[in-house]
Amino acid sequence: MAESKTVQTIAPKEPALTRGWNYLTETQIWKSIFRHGAPVTDRNRVLVMLTNVFLHLHPVRIRKSGVKLRYTWCMGGLSFFLFLVLTFTGLLLMFYYRPTLEYAYSDIVGLREHVPLGIMREMHRWGAHAMVITVWLHMFRVFMTGSYKPPREFNWNVGVIMLVLTLLLSFTGYLLPWDQLAIWAITVGSNMARATPFLGHEGPGAALLALGDVKLIHAGDDARFALLGGTFVGEGALLRFYVLHCVGLPLVIAVLMAVHFWRVRKDGGISGPL
Amino acid sequence: MADDPIDETADPPKEAPNPPAQPLTPQHVAPGAGAPTPASPSTPAAAPAGHKPAAPPKPAAPAVPAEKLAGKTTTVAAEAAKQPDRAPDDSSPLLTRRGWIALAWGSFTAASAAALAATGRFMFPNVLNEPPQQFKIGFPSEYGPGVDERWKEKFGVWIVRTPNDVAHNAPGFYALLVTCTHLGCTPNWLSAENKFKCPCHGSGFRPTGINFEGPAPRPLERARIVLADDGQMLVDKSRKFQQELGQWIDPEAFLRV
Repeated sequence: MAESKTVQTIAPKEPALTRGWNYLTETQIWKSIFRHGAPVTDRNRVLVMLTNVFLHLHPVRIRKSGVKLRYTWCMGGLSFFLFLVLTFTGLLLMFYYRPTLEYAYSDIVGLREHVPLGIMREMHRWGAHAMVITVWLHMFRVFMTGSYKPPREFNWNVGVIMLVLTLLLSFTGYLLPWDQLAIWAITVGSNMARATPFLGHEGPGAALLALGDVKLIHAGDDARFALLGGTFVGEGALLRFYVLHCVGLPLVIAVLMAVHFWRVRKDGGISGPL
Repeated sequence: MADDPIDETADPPKEAPNPPAQPLTPQHVAPGAGAPTPASPSTPAAAPAGHKPAAPPKPAAPAVPAEKLAGKTTTVAAEAAKQPDRAPDDSSPLLTRRGWIALAWGSFTAASAAALAATGRFMFPNVLNEPPQQFKIGFPSEYGPGVDERWKEKFGVWIVRTPNDVAHNAPGFYALLVTCTHLGCTPNWLSAENKFKCPCHGSGFRPTGINFEGPAPRPLERARIVLADDGQMLVDKSRKFQQELGQWIDPEAFLRV
């Protein structure tokens, strides 16, 4: 060419999507939420985990056996997942269920017949059955891999308590449909509390707790009464089981889960094969 | 973002050097500084296939060796052989690693969206335990003159029998809705003072429903009232008549007796 023109390297124009993305990731709103770049380097991958409230619950690094299904069966994770499912579906059921003699059963029927997605109650029910199964299998796996041994013996005990709480959650939820199956199952189940040592009025040692002829432990103030809020499965029992099922027991088990997960990491992570 | 160039230089490139198809120009500050990456947590479902041309070609990515395809169908072998940019361990015969991840995130996103929609729908029941909008209130002979409060609690209407209605200049019945036109409270009928008085903000209404005191901006509404086939009066609250719109002269707003 005759003209002496400076040759400039001109970068190809980026697509609109890329430019939009670049603009978005430079805004203050974006940068205030994401404090680091994409997790494409080891350092950023760690940062992503550590600076996210949800992701940081999981350790940044775990040993290889920890993700092997054949070692963990993922039963602890599945139990936690089912707990979340049950919390969510249970919350939705609470919008329609009233724990009174007048409404309890008809509300359960209404959840199937009058409310869209009657499967919501079934998800809660089947999820509850599944959680009992996964918690047992989790315990079985932990036992078979010897993960209850020091330094994890404290966490084993936390787990045992949570197993009992899981069963109690299942038990209290069983009464809420307020049909014949529920009432008689809880009648039979709560009759066991009569035989509580010292605290049940038919239990061993209860007769010793007396002042002369006056029995301190009787049907009106023993462990069974405290559970049912009465001497038989009636309105008081329904309300007590409802409050325990929806608030009391979930609160306790959630705190214990936090301790449980924390201790898993503090005790050296998921145990590995020996 | 500022960390990226440091890391890029600190970490020896393990997978591949900068691809030759992507010349380093002034606009390209650093890889990963702006361009979305498939692994970014904020764009989980972003189709990674769209970035495939920009992906660094794996060095010496051989076609799957023929001996690894022993026993597989020839179609699969041919498909696998067509994938020159696969890592040696990316040997699934169906999809690439990226394909699987896109499928997984896509399925997860779709399932989450469906669950969210289902949850929203769950909050709107198909059956309501509310009083009907249309109901029979008995025969005209069962009502004396003046304001009748027998259906106030159950259906939310006052039945008024008047010798001479303001809108129709005739004797008969009308049904007043018990909702105050100020902010929706339920007024009380004060027979001694011959008026409806709202306890919330003091609005007052004549037995006709016309407002005369307090903040209420317009008269009480009347409901459709007709004679049913069996001679009973039938009230339909789903059809309302407002005086200020001139609707009280509608023949169904008043039942001549």
